[in-house]
Amino acid sequence: MNPAPSVIVFSVLSGAGFGLLFFLGLGFAQAMGWTAFLWWGMGYALAIIGLLASTFHLGNPGRAWRAFTQWRTSWLSREAWASVAALLICAPMALSDWLGLGWPRAIGMVGGVLALATVLTTSMIYTQIKAVPRWHHWLTPVMFLGFALAGGAVLAAQSFAPIFLAALALILLAIWQVGDGQFARKAQSLGTATGLDRIGEVTVFEQAHTAGNYLLREMIFAVGRKHAQRLRAIALALAAVIPAVLLAISAGPWAFAVAAVCHVIGAFAARWLFFAEAEHVVGLFYGKR
Amino acid sequence: MTSLPVSTEKRLGLAIDLDTCVGCQACVTACKGWNDQGYGAPLSDQNPYGAEPSGVFLNRVHSYAVQPIEGAAQTINFPRSCLHCEDAPCVTVCPTGASYKRSEDGIVLVNEDACIGCGLCAWACPYGAREMDAAAGVMKKCTLCVDRIYNENLPEEDREPACVRGCPTGARHFGDFADPDSKVSRLSAERGGYALMPDLGTKPVNRYLPPRKKDVRHEASVLAPLLDIKVSGFVGWLDRVLGKI
Ligand code: SF4
Ligand code: SF4
Ligand code: SF4
Repeated sequence: MNPAPSVIVFSVLSGAGFGLLFFLGLGFAQAMGWTAFLWWGMGYALAIIGLLASTFHLGNPGRAWRAFTQWRTSWLSREAWASVAALLICAPMALSDWLGLGWPRAIGMVGGVLALATVLTTSMIYTQIKAVPRWHHWLTPVMFLGFALAGGAVLAAQSFAPIFLAALALILLAIWQVGDGQFARKAQSLGTATGLDRIGEVTVFEQAHTAGNYLLREMIFAVGRKHAQRLRAIALALAAVIPAVLLAISAGPWAFAVAAVCHVIGAFAARWLFFAEAEHVVGLFYGKR
Repeated sequence: MTSLPVSTEKRLGLAIDLDTCVGCQACVTACKGWNDQGYGAPLSDQNPYGAEPSGVFLNRVHSYAVQPIEGAAQTINFPRSCLHCEDAPCVTVCPTGASYKRSEDGIVLVNEDACIGCGLCAWACPYGAREMDAAAGVMKKCTLCVDRIYNENLPEEDREPACVRGCPTGARHFGDFADPDSKVSRLSAERGGYALMPDLGTKPVNRYLPPRKKDVRHEASVLAPLLDIKVSGFVGWLDRVLGKI
């Protein structure tokens, strides 16, 4: 699948932002006054920049409001609702923390849970696609939630952040291991896709068209997969291992700042791979994957 | 709405005959020609005369070489367009309600005025039947020529999809699969018509008719019977005598 920058920026930044809002909403970061303002502001900024980036992916962004209408069947529509609900319900809690109004924490808890639910809806957009076997697995939502919780814990400067980062490392190793075998497990080939396996062994004699098209660009993206192993090592190190070790050694504000930057860069690499390595079954018709 | 109808009155679709298709691409051009000027945004091309042309097509024809276990390899041409699935994943993922399946005839369509061009439906379709129009920013797909099949302004014989009408070998057939006596249902039953990737649970309506069994090729020379001459009488006696010398 095409690793479109808008979708990568969106899912990484809003994932981290909603993760931070989750911890702030639940009251993990005991901050008051301007510290609280900055913290909540960072959560909102990340989430909103991410959501705005996602609209660059649209062919007709002016009609984006219509995406709220189909929540009964569409995870993308549910994501739209969950994100707006989370941002709205967290707002009074942010105000209360900032101005010391002492409003009930329950508001923040509801908002925080909705923030995490938003990340879940995002992950389900990918998980539901049967035509992309690598995504169609329960580890996909686990991975998205893992990133949100680990990133959120680092951004919220929580002492348990190294544990979450270590868990994220394990999730990444698991999803790569399982993901590599997913396409083969679905047992689709050019022969089964065309149904011509009932006659014999199928190969491409001539392509359907000589030039590129939307399908080849969007779904049959194979550029850069050859660097996958190196990128995986980079993603694992930057997103999880290095910040975990750093925070295990030192828990000062600078350590958290460096860990956060390091984690987000690693998250970009991991998310790029999430798209670039995912193979759509339509590639089979072209004799590609 | 992107909720799928529980059942549809008709199940309109195509039966595509892989035996007769010669891969001439006439249906590709007929489809592009008709849909360029009718339903919704025209099918745009980008850089059509440049080094890297690209454009939207609702129907593509692949060519495959198939090697059976015994016998010669075959070339099989394989048209690929929307299968108007009963359990269409492209419809349920759509956040805007632009994608829908009609309850009256089962045709899967895009309301281009509501489409935000998110592309999710194209991801969800396992068959590559949807292509985004780069100029209009909306999703395009086969309409089963909904603007032909019910069009009373057209002469009766033209009220079928452009690809069906344009095919010089009659390899594409249009009809109602819900009616067991329709031409397409009978063809599919007779020829063992099959659905593509049924294990993905999309329940396609379109059927592909597999190529017929090829004649067995005679490896021996056609002259062989003439060479094995049974002779009798004087010539036979001579043949036997000469054979013994
Ligand atoms: S072939 Fe693809 S676009 Fe057509 S109905 Fe099935 S899933 Fe949808
Ligand atoms: S591209 Fe258009 S039709 Fe397809 S899912 Fe998005 S809004 Fe719906
Ligand atoms: S039915 Fe119409 S829109 Fe669909 S492939 Fe044929 S010509 Fe194109």
